[in-house]
Amino acid sequence: MKLLLEHAHVEGIRYYDAYRKNGGYRSVEKALKMTPEEIVEEVKASGLRGRGGAGFPTGLKWSFLAKPEGVPRHLVCNADESEPGTFKDRYLMEFIPHLLIEGLIVSSFALGSNMTYIYIRGEYAWIVDILEQAIEEAKANGWLGKNILGTGFDCEIYVQRGAGAYICGEETALLESLEGKRGNPRIKPPFPAVKGAWGRPTVVNNVETLAAVVPIINMGGEEYAKIGVGRSTGTKLISACGNINKPGVYEIDMTISVEEFIFSDEYCGGIPNGKRLKACIPGGSSVPIVPANLLLKTAKGETRYMNYESLSDGGFQTGTMMGSGGFIVMDEDQCVVRHTMTLAHFYNHESCGQCSPCREGTGWMYKILKNIESGKGKMSDIELLWDIQGKIEGNTICPLGDAAAWPVAAAIRHFRDEFEWHVNNPEESQKRNFGLAHYADPLPPVVEADA
Amino acid sequence: MSEQAQKFKVTIDNITVEVDPGTTILQAARKIGGDVTPPAMCYYSKLEGSGGKCRTCLVEVCKGSEKDPRPMPKLMASCRTGVMDGMEVKNITSPRVLEARKGVVEMLLINHPLDCPVCDQAGECHLQDLSYEHGTEGTRYEFDRRTFEKEDIGDYISLHMTRCILCYRCVYTANQIADGDREHGVLERGDKAEISTLLGKNLKNDFIGNVIDVCPVGALTDKTFRFKNRVWFTKPMNAHRDCDNPKCCGKVRLWMRGDEVFRVTARKDEWGEVEDWICNECRFEKKETKDWVIEGPANISRHSVISQGHYVNTKKQPVLIDKVIGKEPRMLLDIHKVSDVNKPNVHLSEIKGPAHSDDFENKDK
Repeated sequence: MKLLLEHAHVEGIRYYDAYRKNGGYRSVEKALKMTPEEIVEEVKASGLRGRGGAGFPTGLKWSFLAKPEGVPRHLVCNADESEPGTFKDRYLMEFIPHLLIEGLIVSSFALGSNMTYIYIRGEYAWIVDILEQAIEEAKANGWLGKNILGTGFDCEIYVQRGAGAYICGEETALLESLEGKRGNPRIKPPFPAVKGAWGRPTVVNNVETLAAVVPIINMGGEEYAKIGVGRSTGTKLISACGNINKPGVYEIDMTISVEEFIFSDEYCGGIPNGKRLKACIPGGSSVPIVPANLLLKTAKGETRYMNYESLSDGGFQTGTMMGSGGFIVMDEDQCVVRHTMTLAHFYNHESCGQCSPCREGTGWMYKILKNIESGKGKMSDIELLWDIQGKIEGNTICPLGDAAAWPVAAAIRHFRDEFEWHVNNPEESQKRNFGLAHYADPLPPVVEADA
Repeated sequence: MSEQAQKFKVTIDNITVEVDPGTTILQAARKIGGDVTPPAMCYYSKLEGSGGKCRTCLVEVCKGSEKDPRPMPKLMASCRTGVMDGMEVKNITSPRVLEARKGVVEMLLINHPLDCPVCDQAGECHLQDLSYEHGTEGTRYEFDRRTFEKEDIGDYISLHMTRCILCYRCVYTANQIADGDREHGVLERGDKAEISTLLGKNLKNDFIGNVIDVCPVGALTDKTFRFKNRVWFTKPMNAHRDCDNPKCCGKVRLWMRGDEVFRVTARKDEWGEVEDWICNECRFEKKETKDWVIEGPANISRHSVISQGHYVNTKKQPVLIDKVIGKEPRMLLDIHKVSDVNKPNVHLSEIKGPAHSDDFENKDK
């Protein structure tokens, strides 16, 4: 089932004419005849959850927006997609930019935002041009600007480039950066819904979330909610990469199993060169890594599906998270220690340096992992890593501290043998990898898995 | 009396206090005082927007409020969390808080040079107090400590970036007090972040000297006092003068030895915060007793090393052992019991005028 990428391969869909011919901007025509409250209700009924990683219900977030008299409100689109492994928004903005613009117009109307911003990752320089062209085209055809469709609703969309910081994907850091300040996350409360950009009520949503508003309005919230399963409604873009035959962006309806997603020809197409699956990070680099046996089956022995609930089944002990949908597959040749070190380096590099546990702890973890990886590690280092990550997690201003701690914690939790092997075999570990070991073995009975 | 605003009841470590709505947990705890008060390295009540960064003041909120009794899942930064009516907070009675705080102190110290023996801040350093009270004995950090290239930011202030804990207090001071908006700030990010000035410019504002007073560590020190004396050998005296600068209060603390004025700082309250800002002229230029009207010895916390000369005006911290059930507050080491530096029988405040090394010798004989 495809809702967002249905027309992604139509020739010229990047431009207005082809997009309009394929049913584009229908939702704006429909939405502007509704009241803003009705749109919010539709989004609530759809059960749409934030696609940026946290999975917070969008309709609920919208209803939190404060509406004081005489104060302008803002909608900000978070296109600062910098999570390693996630590239779904890039695909969406590059190939069907008008879908985002359409979603933004509808959402701006629902929230009463006359000035809407797209904060885009600085490295996506060429997409800025694509978006600005799309905005120009929309404006020329009367979908943006003053008095849209004669309803008296004014809306302008501005594109703002970031300057290369992962932290600016955190909503309050994004707002600081948008205001022209250093991208340090703010201390919450106050939340952006009360005091956001320039002290005005602001909603920050991910690109995919805002694009998903278009099908919700077109088909109605209740129809949209019928797609998917449980509280994971609608479709989700998954950007698959790593050791798979067909990396790319896939739109799934969250009812397929993880096994089907990796091995079926419709999606990833299996693992190349006849290798076996070792581990996977299903939601972008900051979610916990899981070994093959826990990826395909939950600790209870049930099949794991590609949706919010099933992926997080078992909590962090045996489960993981849907996150932003950056699906990274690792085959038996990959080294988990090296991989964890790379991620630790990334978070060390991207920490904003505002609060102490994250600023000092991320660098410390990276240095220890570098030692273990290069054969200079000690057994006590593994315990130390575990202790440090526990002292970062939950004690920082923004979720970057958690995002830095989780991958390290999960790697030690599930792949401790590999870490120990690195410590015990410093010379051998420089020449070859630990291999698949027992990570794909059938799961032990539930009681043991819990222990 | 409808004019009287409603008061919120907050319980911190089983001690209940009534505060105005809008007060933060930290401020409520300061009202109780003693060990119940969480340490604060970055929060400064006189600087807008400060706080929340160092994470030493984390507390556990085990009851949100009377209306919504759910506990807060994460530890909260008490300096930036407002109180609610009926809120229950655990500080030193929560093992989770103590564990997290120990972690934060360790993190703050892994890249700190620990050059206290040559640091001018020693003796009045908040990081020293913090690590003494909440830190562990050794460190588990085995790597090279972070260092920075030295930067010259003017004739009066010395910036020693390796000691910095990035509390951002000086940035807020420069922006809010010294009118140096965005001249003094933070460059780079993560563990490479450093305090710097716009294009290495010297800081010239009349009130920029106050960044020395707000700095909790020895990162910003007074160049006119550098290496001249240890703070605990000098005697703090309150003094004032009629300052021409309309924004300057002219009320200062002189750090004297004999008739010599070694250093001038603003007056600080019991939480180490400046009471009123002073100008650069008062701080750096007026270093003679004739410039000042001396009022008398300043109040110094009994636990401070500076009070080793037995001041009569020292304040005793309230003892709360009976009230804090389950956890005996750990008091600071009483410096008077261990120090041989000065003679404990000499009462500095009884000596006429500022103390001099001769005074000690005379008394001995």
